[in-house]
Amino acid sequence: MAEDLTRPDPRWHIRVRGLHKTFGPQHVLRGLDLDLERSKINVVIGGSGQGKSVLMKHLMALLEPDQGHIYVDGRDIVGLNDVEIRDVRRQFGMLFQNVALFDSMNVIENVVFPLVERYRMSESEMMERARELLVRLDLAGVAGIEQKFPAELSGGQKKRVGLARALINRPQILLYDEPTTGLDPIATKNVDDMIRRTADDFGVTSVVISHDMASTFRIGDRIAMLYEGRIITAGTPAEIQARPHPVLREFVETSGAVTFTRAEARP
Amino acid sequence: MTERRDASAGQPPPEQAPPPSLGEIGLRLVAPVLVVLQLFGEHVQLLWQSFAWLFRRPFRPRLFFEQMEFVGVGSIPIIVLVGFFTGVVSALQAYLALTRFQQERWVGAAVGISLARELGPVFTALMITARAGSAMATELGSMRVTEQIDALNTFAVNPVQYLVTPRVVASILMMPVMTMLFNVVGLVGAYIIAIIVYNIDFGQAAELYRFYTDPSDYLQGLIKSVVFGMAMAVTACYQGINVRGGAKEVGLATTRAVVASSVAVLVIDYPLVQIFAAIWPAGD
Repeated sequence: MAEDLTRPDPRWHIRVRGLHKTFGPQHVLRGLDLDLERSKINVVIGGSGQGKSVLMKHLMALLEPDQGHIYVDGRDIVGLNDVEIRDVRRQFGMLFQNVALFDSMNVIENVVFPLVERYRMSESEMMERARELLVRLDLAGVAGIEQKFPAELSGGQKKRVGLARALINRPQILLYDEPTTGLDPIATKNVDDMIRRTADDFGVTSVVISHDMASTFRIGDRIAMLYEGRIITAGTPAEIQARPHPVLREFVETSGAVTFTRAEARP
Repeated sequence: MTERRDASAGQPPPEQAPPPSLGEIGLRLVAPVLVVLQLFGEHVQLLWQSFAWLFRRPFRPRLFFEQMEFVGVGSIPIIVLVGFFTGVVSALQAYLALTRFQQERWVGAAVGISLARELGPVFTALMITARAGSAMATELGSMRVTEQIDALNTFAVNPVQYLVTPRVVASILMMPVMTMLFNVVGLVGAYIIAIIVYNIDFGQAAELYRFYTDPSDYLQGLIKSVVFGMAMAVTACYQGINVRGGAKEVGLATTRAVVASSVAVLVIDYPLVQIFAAIWPAGD
């Protein structure tokens, strides 16, 4: 099926084809194909060192692949020049694993940072946008939040400030790098809810990189599994549960995530 | 190499590795030299990039002033302290040596020249390396390991322009200023020892200082301090932004930054002095 990938598709926001990447002797991505659905939560799961973060960095054009193409709304973002790449990155927001708030800046400075650096916008306009986001992300109730520094925030607050910073330039695509790693079950659930709500409220296409099985099946509209540099299986949670790939099955069973095994047990 | 060894370990008749060719031996001999050259090249490249980014938009004057405040204003107490005692000790040593020949009046000239040419720039560079260089390596290193540098990239902000350029420029500008402060405070220390404590005749000492310490002596010191500031900032930033790993690696990078910058200051010192000797021959 010769599909024209350079035409924007109503369903698929990002389409990755034949992505290869090597770092020295390590062949990390080995011909990766992946479709990410518009306005949905797409979860990419995989073990440590399978190339999840590398894939994420390719999506944002932070890394250049050795081979392959990435079409964002039909536009191939591989091989663009500096100015065009900057243009591409404007469509993206990213929440880092460690949130990566700037320690030397307070909350409000962190949140408006992408605007200060990239857009010509009046100070009051920026502040208005930032405050609106703080309200929508339930941060406005925290006393003196705007002037606090990242070190003074709780883990959950940091995530939300990081999310506000990722959302401030109104991206169409939001990337989450292992958002629930190292969190307790309650905090994990809170972050899951936050991702769900953000996807629904802002209508963004979400891409979540994760190895947390329970939260993957809780929030994922689509799940893809990355194994040895390729996507070995992809589909909706129901499809995945109906015909599990052996590697995925082992991954899920070892993790002890109830969702999958229970569905399996039911004949 | 390791692969071959592993494979042969399991097989009873070990396959003899062919003797290394002359080229291979040569390569192995020059390998450490190549590593050093590569490291040097990467430092020069970073320096070049930091200058290239200086002239590209957006300009962020605030970042430059922040770094100048940190490298300069923040270093005033330590420079005053060290400068004062350096002046005191050099004056004392000069006095103790010269008094054997009843030539104490030369103390001012001796201390003045040694401060201007050598002690001022070198000690200032070492103190600022210890204070600001270590902080630069630590700050950039921890920004690297907590993905803050990656975050800058995602906001389409070049990390070299945002982080390295202000630090290099601030160090280049503030190092000579701090060196002059060191010189002045050192002379005050020398005055206290020589004139007040040991009662050397002020008129004679001051006249000899004025006559023998030339503006070119101060100029040499200031040129040196510019080079030292550049070397210190580039080395510290290079170590910082190239950290891989976690907190432990940040610590190691800081240590390497301080050691490498200090060594660089002392090593670069020699060729500079040699060049200055050619430009301003002794005894003119």
